[in-house]
Parts: sequence; C-alpha cells; structure tokens
Amino acid sequence: MSFARRALVVAWKDLLVERRSKETLNALIFFALLLLFVFQFALGPDRERLAGVLPGVLWLGFILSGLLALGRTFLVEREHDCWEGLLLAPGDKSAVYLGKLAGNLALMAVVETLVLGLFVVFFDIDLARAFPGLVVVVALATLGLAAVGTLFAAMTAHVRAREVLFPVLLLPVQVPVLLAAVKATEALLAGEPLGAVAHWVKLLAAADVVYLAVGVLTFDAILEG
Amino acid sequence: MVRTLGWLSAAALALGLVMAFGVAPREVSQGNVQRIMYVHPPLAWVAYLAFGVVAAASIAYLVRRAPGADRLAHASAEVGVLFTGLAIATGSIWGKPTWGTWWTWDARLTSVAILFVMYLGYLLLRGTVEDRERAARYCAVLGIVAALDMPLVHFSVYWWRTLHQPPSLMKPGGFTGSAAILWPLLVNLAAFTVLYAYLVAKRVRLLRAEAEALA
Repeated sequence: MSFARRALVVAWKDLLVERRSKETLNALIFFALLLLFVFQFALGPDRERLAGVLPGVLWLGFILSGLLALGRTFLVEREHDCWEGLLLAPGDKSAVYLGKLAGNLALMAVVETLVLGLFVVFFDIDLARAFPGLVVVVALATLGLAAVGTLFAAMTAHVRAREVLFPVLLLPVQVPVLLAAVKATEALLAGEPLGAVAHWVKLLAAADVVYLAVGVLTFDAILEG
Repeated sequence: MVRTLGWLSAAALALGLVMAFGVAPREVSQGNVQRIMYVHPPLAWVAYLAFGVVAAASIAYLVRRAPGADRLAHASAEVGVLFTGLAIATGSIWGKPTWGTWWTWDARLTSVAILFVMYLGYLLLRGTVEDRERAARYCAVLGIVAALDMPLVHFSVYWWRTLHQPPSLMKPGGFTGSAAILWPLLVNLAAFTVLYAYLVAKRVRLLRAEAEALA
C-alpha cells in the first residue's frame, strides 16, 4: 500500500466509525449550542457591544469545540483496544498521523460550519461579503490547530490527567494561530477585503507549514510504544 | 568541575553586584530603580539560552536516543522556567515605578508570558508521564514544537501591539550607552550565564543519580 493510501485508510476508518456511532459529533453539536447560550448570557442583549467582541467569541466557540474533538482523537483507539493495531500498521507512522489529521479536519469542518450557522442566526452577523475570505482564514487556522492538536492528542493519550493536560499544552502553542485568526476575522467582518489581512494569512500559512512538518517528522517517536 | 562552576558563579555574581551598585552611575530620571536593569536583561538572556538548549537537546535525543540528552533538556527547561519567572518578576518591579503598572499587554511581555506557560506545560508533561523513556520522547517532541513556535508567537504578538523599549545591547549599530553602564551589564550577563551552567550541571548530576538509583 502506498503512503497516501495508508493515510486514507486511517481517515476513512475514523469517519466510518464516527458516522456509525456518532459518539463525538452528537455531543459536539449539543456543546456548540450550549456555548451559544453561555455567550448570550455572558454578553447580554446589547447589539453594539456584541459586534465588538464577536470575532473573539466566534473563535472561542471554534477552539472550545475543537479542544473537545481533537482531545478524543486517540482515546477512541484506547477505549476499543485498537492502539496496538495502530502500532502494528506497516511502514512510516506519519501516514497514521496524516490520516488522523484528515479525519479531525473533516469533523471540525462540520462543527465549525454549524457554529458559524448558529452565529449568523442568533447574533445576526452579515456573512455575505466576508464569507470567501472567512473560509480561507478558518481553513488555515483549523489546519494549524488540528496539526498540533492531533500530535498532542497522541502524546496525552497515555498520560494521567490527560483531559487537563491536553488543553494546557495546546493553548499556549496555538496563541499565534488564535491571534491571527481573531484579528483577520475582525477585519473581514468589518468589511475589509482579504488583501488587508494578508500578513495574518501569511502567518497562518507559515504556522501550518511548521506544524505539519514537525507533526510528520516526530509522530514516529510518539507512536513507538 | 561542578564545584568550580559553583564558586565561579558566586564570585562573578558578587562582582556583578558590586559593579551594578558601585561602578554604574545613578540614573538621572529613574533613580536607583534603574539598577534592576543590570539583572533583568541577563535573566531574560539566560531564559532564552536555556530554551535554546532544550530544543537542541530534544533534537539530539530523538536522533541518538541518549538518556544524557534528555536529562540536559529536563534540567535546562527547569532552570529556564525559573529564570523566565525571575525576569518577569524583576521586570514587574521595575515597571511599577517606571511605567506606573506591574503588567501591561505589550508585545514582548506577552510573548515572554506565553513562553513561560508553554514551558510550565512542558514540566507538567514531564511530571505526569510515568514511564521515563516515554516521558523523554514526548518531552523531546514538545521541546521542538515550543522552540519552533517562538518565532510565530513573536511575530503575531508584535503585530498585535508593542510598548517595551527596543533592545539596547544587541541591536544594529551596537551599544550606544557609556562604558560605565556597559561593563556592569556585561559582567552580570557572564555571571548569570555561569550560574545557569552551574545549576544545569548540578541538576543533570542529580537526575543521573536518580536514574541510577531506580535502575
């Protein structure tokens, strides 16, 4: 089997398991809905104040649901005793990493679309003009988030207090991605074109390249035992 | 060897203290508070040095799998976190009378704060993985990710905001202050670097003894 095919098999397996069991997706959708309630209660009904903090709140929604989704990446394997199966997968283990990453990206894309939809309905944001730019920013930031998240999820799968440790490790590393994403979203929602936030987009792209490279190169060391 | 380093750092620190209070002039507008600047930049320098060593030792560990490289990374991270904390504390003490606030979300302050929590997380990970060999592998990966993340953190936070004065020692054109300020700073820089070497050497020895006792 070629490298790409092995990665695809892992991603396909994860998506199939998720489609049949819906263990993560159902909880995530419900969680996203609850987040919306919390934001609404915390911010109050003042429309103007809401508009100012909306980009930050939107990303808070993405990151919180992302943390839940990513943190479970390898727990599924442990709960169902499939960890050894992954270890025995032939060839370079980075195929497993890329497969898991692809599965996570698909899952996060579903959740993020949903959260964005909920925001449009409940917070009355006008997406029409910002949409194409927003897709680029969200896609790049999600890739960065998932690239490190998948790596760290494998790392914390075997650790005591993993539910606490995973976000504690991931959040400081993701500061550049979050800052760039929030700032770019802010400008886009204010009606500026994608060109006006080119420096943030470049930073996101650079972060993606760095994180993906480290993930591919070091995943072997994490999956050893 | 380690003992010599210890005495050397003690002597250098004492000399640095004498120079900061005796040789360096009293700053006109800030007064004696400015003397913190003979300690604060050296602390920050050692912190960056320490995390650089963590990254190098982490790569060395993943390539060679030598337990010594892991112990060096471990020791250097601990000392780095300590010095980062001290740099933040001394900066705060200086900032209160000078800027009028203990803390501000300026670019450099923010990026150092992120550095601090990132490596606190690193030490946390070390503490929670029971298997030594596994802890070494995981921490090596985290050490590399953290180091590569630093330039990204730097740029993102810099574009976000900035207030901290630009570096006075390592900048294009070189140092422009007087020798009475430069020498006390350089002596302290050397003193804290030797202190770093001493603490790391001591900690590595302790970690080796621990590993041998458990083996």
